[in-house]
Amino acid sequence: MGLHDLLISPFAEFAFMRRALAGSIALAIAGPPLGVFLILRRMALTGDAVGHAILPGAAIGYLAAGLSLGPMTMGGLAAGLLVAVGSGVVARTTILREDTSLAAFYLISLALGVTIVSLRGSNIDLLHVLFGSVLALDDATLILLAAIASVTLTALAALYRPLVLETVDPGFLASVSRSGGVVQITFFALVVLNLVGGFQALGTLLAVGMMMLPAASAMLMTTDMTLMIVAATAQGMFAGYAGLVISFHGGLPSGPLIILVAGILYLLALIFGPAGGLLRRFKPGRHLEA
Amino acid sequence: MAKLRYVITFVLACISPAAASPAQAQSAGTLPVVATFSILADFARNVGGERVAVTSLVGPNGDTHVYQPKPADAKELEAARLILVNGLGLEGWIDRLIKASGSTAPVIVATKGIKPQQMREEGRIEQDPHAWQSIANAKIYVANIRAALIAVDPGGAAVYRANAENYLQKLDALEKEVFAAIAKIPPKHREIITTHDAFGYFGSAYGFRFIAPEGVSTETEASARDVAKIIRQIKAQKIPAVFLENVTDPRLVQGIASESGAKIGGTLYSDALSPPDGPAATYIEMMHNNIQQLTEALVN
Repeated sequence: MGLHDLLISPFAEFAFMRRALAGSIALAIAGPPLGVFLILRRMALTGDAVGHAILPGAAIGYLAAGLSLGPMTMGGLAAGLLVAVGSGVVARTTILREDTSLAAFYLISLALGVTIVSLRGSNIDLLHVLFGSVLALDDATLILLAAIASVTLTALAALYRPLVLETVDPGFLASVSRSGGVVQITFFALVVLNLVGGFQALGTLLAVGMMMLPAASAMLMTTDMTLMIVAATAQGMFAGYAGLVISFHGGLPSGPLIILVAGILYLLALIFGPAGGLLRRFKPGRHLEA
Repeated sequence: MAKLRYVITFVLACISPAAASPAQAQSAGTLPVVATFSILADFARNVGGERVAVTSLVGPNGDTHVYQPKPADAKELEAARLILVNGLGLEGWIDRLIKASGSTAPVIVATKGIKPQQMREEGRIEQDPHAWQSIANAKIYVANIRAALIAVDPGGAAVYRANAENYLQKLDALEKEVFAAIAKIPPKHREIITTHDAFGYFGSAYGFRFIAPEGVSTETEASARDVAKIIRQIKAQKIPAVFLENVTDPRLVQGIASESGAKIGGTLYSDALSPPDGPAATYIEMMHNNIQQLTEALVN
């Protein structure tokens, strides 16, 4: 099998592969930059928390309009935003940190969601229906992913400096500007938007994994913020492409395989990463000498 | 302080008898039966008639493969006098749930005596649990349920036998209808795509080929290679229609249809009945709906 057959023809021959690639790349552009900031703020487990927190919103959407994806997604988004923004406000105004307040809110939200679903008396696993798959992207979903990526990139570009400052030195930011709260809330909103859109389009594993794994690898590769974001995005795109190709030729499920490729990149970074990998620890580079 | 202690003891003494008596699950005289999913429950209601009160753990449009039980389910199992399960690997969650509930009711596997079909997955041989899709098997389900009910409630043996006889006759008539309907479809059109391999027994019994990307359980995820194979197959063999199911995400099948040029044939009911106001509220209605959708899409 020639190189063209191996690497290009799956996408040339099949529209669903092209869509899957487009969707993964859109996710890789929007997710990893947010993931870098999440890791720096020690909120790496937010993705899973939000995945559970959206349940009451999806449940209310289901009660209102049945099993249609639009209302359920909007409901999920509203619930996720409420939880994320609420935990941000609590973190700013009480002694609790962001991870604690998020944990508290998402658990309450999940319990509420399970109760609402049980009230209806239905046995449908709402989240199983709501979560999509990378091989099942239709036009509307692709447009959704692209729109979310565009909004995220624009917002990140506009808020980059205050966001970085708020992440690494919030005290200083508070002393020179009042934009700390706005920036934090906007950031959370972006995270929830990407996660909910990601869940609906691609499923939890792919949405959360694509956000966190490339970012974690990038942190081991460099200490420069911009390079971190670029490295994370590049790895995300590579994982998307390689995962789809391997899934195509190997007959393995696509979503998990994309995350496994990202995972292999992470393990490589863990060992060989210039900015903190294990090899560096045992064999440090040359120190600067005067 | 002593007064407070007396008050508390008094209140606790009043509450405890109420807490000790179990909740009454059945109305006067009916036998509480729990079936794992809606199709099994429908069979049980037809055989048991008014002597039984049947509840189903997985409801209409529910997915039994990936169902997550709730505490209320354990309560129902504990209060039941008969538990019906499908077996053949459909309900991976039921054994632990029954143990956890502490129920002493007999557990009857409704597929006892049915020759299971194997799934032809590359290298992996799995049992196909969807035995009810063949009416000949459905009759075995009914016979097993009848025997189970008579064993648990010998006083109603005559009623159960009469009900079962009645229902078996209806199933006979249904089977004739299915054969007649399929005879109208040209043999080369008897091939369709649907989401998961739920129709193996239907296919073997009535001469149909079902092809599915998701394999035999909705727990699995489709691989890109399987989807590609199906699209190539549809294009090569000009398979006319793909069908959605009531228990899975429609977008995968819609994507396959739009890329391969097959049309969407309608919704087939595979693993669960529809709600009472839907087109497949009982097993017989479910089969009617399915063959109607198939013939409408394929007879041309």
